[in-house]
Amino acid sequence: MTRNKLTPGVFLKHVVLMFMSLSALFPIYFMVITSFKTKEEYVYNKFNLPHSFSFESYSQVFSGGNFIKWFANSMLLTFSSVIVVAAIASLAAYAFARLRFRNKDILLNFIIALMVVPPVVMVIPLFNFLVDMGLINTMYGVVIIYVGLLLPFSIFLLTSFFKSIPTSIIEAAYLDGCSTLQILFRIIIPLSMPAFVTLTIVNVLWAWNELMIAVIFLQDDSLKTLMVGLTAFQSRYNLNIPVTMAGLLITTMTVLVLYIFGQRYFIKGMTAGSVKG
Amino acid sequence: MKGMNQATDLVSTGSTEKRAERKLTDRYQALLFLAPAVLVIVSVFLYPVVKLVQYSLQVQDYGQWKWVGLANYRGLLNDDIFRQAAKNNAILLLCVPILVILSIFFAILLYEKIRGWQAYRSIVFLPYLLAIPVVGIVFSYIFQYNGILNEILRSVGLGRLALDWLADSKLALPTVMVVIIWKELGFGVILFLSRLLSVPEELYEAAKLDGASWWQTHWNITIPQLRGIIQFYSIVAVITMISWVFNYVYVMTKGGPGTSTMVSELYIYQQGFRFNLMGTASAVGVILLIVTSIVIFLQFKVRGGLDSDTE
Repeated sequence: MTRNKLTPGVFLKHVVLMFMSLSALFPIYFMVITSFKTKEEYVYNKFNLPHSFSFESYSQVFSGGNFIKWFANSMLLTFSSVIVVAAIASLAAYAFARLRFRNKDILLNFIIALMVVPPVVMVIPLFNFLVDMGLINTMYGVVIIYVGLLLPFSIFLLTSFFKSIPTSIIEAAYLDGCSTLQILFRIIIPLSMPAFVTLTIVNVLWAWNELMIAVIFLQDDSLKTLMVGLTAFQSRYNLNIPVTMAGLLITTMTVLVLYIFGQRYFIKGMTAGSVKG
Repeated sequence: MKGMNQATDLVSTGSTEKRAERKLTDRYQALLFLAPAVLVIVSVFLYPVVKLVQYSLQVQDYGQWKWVGLANYRGLLNDDIFRQAAKNNAILLLCVPILVILSIFFAILLYEKIRGWQAYRSIVFLPYLLAIPVVGIVFSYIFQYNGILNEILRSVGLGRLALDWLADSKLALPTVMVVIIWKELGFGVILFLSRLLSVPEELYEAAKLDGASWWQTHWNITIPQLRGIIQFYSIVAVITMISWVFNYVYVMTKGGPGTSTMVSELYIYQQGFRFNLMGTASAVGVILLIVTSIVIFLQFKVRGGLDSDTE
């Protein structure tokens, strides 16, 4: 292998990959350094590191109270959607992976195909539907929509994982007199932790980052999520760019931490499973 | 989408009588277990789609829906803004080949495992983890006329290239496309790389023994091996460009300047919620749904012919 020799070809590859890395990192660098500048410094120094790190923007982000409210709303919305969807999808995935009924494959393929349906298509009928139900401008309404949009992928992922659990384990539990629900909660779900971690990461990222549904269905100021709030904030306080950047960075770090933490757990779960099995 | 095949048999032993009995309880249990999922899917997908088709054939007149046949669709044909939106979605499709080629290129570079490839891999994936609104806001500052990009260009003597990226109606759409590619590329690279890592190494060793050049090796081995994934990723990217770009446009340009970055999703949003023309908006929704379905249908058709190498 040419792994360690620095031939002209390898050198060229490094140059190309460095360039790619710089382009990938530059906007992130810009976001981070700007958040530590004062509004005044940003005017004359955009590119370089801040002369002195200022936390002014961060204290300003929290001072108004709006940001904290958006943050709490995003948390509430994300966690309720992710938990509800995991519960509903586990039940459905169990039926698809382990029970026999007619037209099973057709139904499953149909649900999986829904993954690609653009949400914007459903927005207008859903708006009228939620108005009729009195759920417009409520968290409940948006949770229902998020759960619906996340279900196809969740059912797909869990079904394929549940199918990979050896039938013999389930059969043994069945003969020991476990009910179907006990099999699901005592055996299948504990054995599927890696799948649930993956599912949680994907779904949390999606719900936390969602903008369109939140813009349309949560117009009340007290219900705004981080994405909606920050987008509006950016256009209104265009002049104070460091404050916006600080808000964006806090928003991003919150879910990035979950991703980093979850990844480690994910690998642990995978290796533990393979050692046992 | 991956086709799910083969139902797993729960029981293969036991008397026929017992088996029949269990089949019956299976069916009742399946009904119970599927009920919540089906209820949600009916209310979030099926009912809205039926309503959408119905709305698209009606107009709202002082709160009353009135049947108008295909008038909404005919109106769209003469609507310059809608035509602009459709055209822009078509232009966005240019991102698809760029994304495919760049992803394969970087996946190959990483696959050759030069020093630090794992670090490069994490870096290239980073943009994909960020929220589109966050990316959009950061880039709208980068691309400001007095933003950091133009400041850099001026400082290296390229002041003539310091343009008003997002406020110029000719430049705005290409600029948005750059942002979309920046954000979406990581997913493609990771996807192709993970497929490459499962290609048997003997194939490459054989090519090496035959004295194949870098280019020949990848053209004759890598590309054919990646065919199924290329097709899958292209379909995902096409669907993204047609119907999942709302966030980019909403955050960076709101469709402007003028209508130069209008796309069909934003058009639906504006007609439906700003101008309260729910009939028109629904007609566009129906068109979008049909176009997406055609793309998926084509994917299944092509796939049928290639089944052997798409796993």
